[in-house]
Amino acid sequence: MSGLALDLLLQAIPVGFVMFVVLNFGGLLTWVERKQSAIMQDRIGANRAFIPVLGFRIRILGLLHPLADAVKMLTKEDFTPARADKLMFKLAPFVSVFFGLAAFATIPFGDTLQIMGREIQLQAVTLNVGILYVLGMISLGVYGLMMAGWASANNYALLGGQRAAALMISAEVAIGASIMGVVMVYGSLNMQDIARGQGLPLLPQFLGGWVPAWGILTQPAAFILFLTAGIASTKRIPFDTPEGESEIIGYFVEYSGMKFGMFAMADFLETVVIAGMTTALFLGGWQVPYLQASGFVFPWGGTVALPHLAVVGMQVGAFLTKVVVMIWLLMLIRWTLPRFRYDQAMRLGWLALFPLSILNILVTGLVLLAVGKP
Amino acid sequence: MAYQTTNTPADPRHSSRLGLRQRFYVIEVLVGLALTAKHFFANMGRHTLHVVFRVKSSRGAVTIQYPDERRPYSPRLRSLHRLVRREDGSPRCVACMMCETVCPAHCIYIVATEHPNPEIEKVPERFDIDLGKCVFCGYCVEACPEDAIRMDTGILEFSAYDRQSMVYTKDTLLALDPAGPNGVPTSPVPIAPSRRPR
Repeated sequence: MSGLALDLLLQAIPVGFVMFVVLNFGGLLTWVERKQSAIMQDRIGANRAFIPVLGFRIRILGLLHPLADAVKMLTKEDFTPARADKLMFKLAPFVSVFFGLAAFATIPFGDTLQIMGREIQLQAVTLNVGILYVLGMISLGVYGLMMAGWASANNYALLGGQRAAALMISAEVAIGASIMGVVMVYGSLNMQDIARGQGLPLLPQFLGGWVPAWGILTQPAAFILFLTAGIASTKRIPFDTPEGESEIIGYFVEYSGMKFGMFAMADFLETVVIAGMTTALFLGGWQVPYLQASGFVFPWGGTVALPHLAVVGMQVGAFLTKVVVMIWLLMLIRWTLPRFRYDQAMRLGWLALFPLSILNILVTGLVLLAVGKP
Repeated sequence: MAYQTTNTPADPRHSSRLGLRQRFYVIEVLVGLALTAKHFFANMGRHTLHVVFRVKSSRGAVTIQYPDERRPYSPRLRSLHRLVRREDGSPRCVACMMCETVCPAHCIYIVATEHPNPEIEKVPERFDIDLGKCVFCGYCVEACPEDAIRMDTGILEFSAYDRQSMVYTKDTLLALDPAGPNGVPTSPVPIAPSRRPR
């Protein structure tokens, strides 16, 4: 096998892994949403879908409902309004899903993997401006909503698309500004570098290397600001003014069948992206405390040597665990808080999140001058 | 403060005037999240006990999965009527028309005929109840001097595609049995002719 073919094949490992994980998480989130909300509200949740096998009804905790949903949506009437812009109308859900899927590409899910004499970065795309790429993809996702709202030839859809655009702008500004503090602390826009930086000890002169410098410890204010703005950019409750399924209806009011399902899917994909981004920037990414490339190195002096594959496996497992915990938290928030009114969401974005993010940048700069980098 | 009302309770959570803590929002959000998370973990613990450790009394949800399980009904529940049978299977009803007379919805229709036994004066030839009209007041049960009509079958699921099928006839009502313990019906739900597979 030639070197180039091997390189391509090996690079397919992280790309395929990211696609597999993100798509499956996105699909499973419909189940997680139903079940978690049910458990929070003392209910059972969707559990009626079954496959008859030898007279038994196989239900697997309601896990068949996403499958049943897919079958239902694919077999429903795919309706296009007569006055709609046909091309834009059909393109919009694909744009929405595409950017949701693409956004995960630069989020690292592990350190380097050494295999067959080569080093692979465990992220789909190694990019020096990884953070800007994710921000760009999240921002571009809103074009799908605007296209949907405009192409539907429906005033309610148009208003929904307009609300989506306004919400996205106010959220994007806050996301970008809140991340700047993290970039300043770790000195890089490359998410892999940021994840590596979070493995270093925090303030070793005071804490003696016992505490890793995770983003949530170095940038606690940015964590809350980013999480709030990130939830807003997923346009789910409490920031679901673009959709408002039950009463104000939104940009997808004219959509049916799988096209509607794709918009719902895009929301879930963005939830996964925000969870992955929060993990990579604030929860130490793939870092396991005290785990280094050679194995565990404890601050009290003990060491446990581990083979390379075990270390990589633990890192990937740690990343996935953190993402799952973040998704759980996002779902908890989604099923706890009521919706912000449109003007409240705007006020929160422009008059609270954005100025506080700027303030965070200022304070971070002063602290960095006083203490120095971790 | 456009929404300020004059008689707000003393509890600040019920006041529309927000204090600093409410306006800061983050703490209140955390309080709310703690409440829902508490429910989540408590219910997950109960589900785990139920499924993994087979503690059947531990229930993580208040859901009653209706077609599979029914909530225990009150013994006083007025459900689908039935005509009480004599030991030979004929109706205990003597066609005195009391129930038909007292019925506020005029949903009972009785045609009387002679009973072969000379000790029994009459017997209904027809006894129709139009359940589309019935208001389930139970007056027919109270009016009956022979204890011949009761509303204790526990059956609540009767439906039809047309009004005529809501009329339950004597044979259907005679075939019903009283509900068992917990109000679970012992007779199958009578299926209207319009719903029977052709």
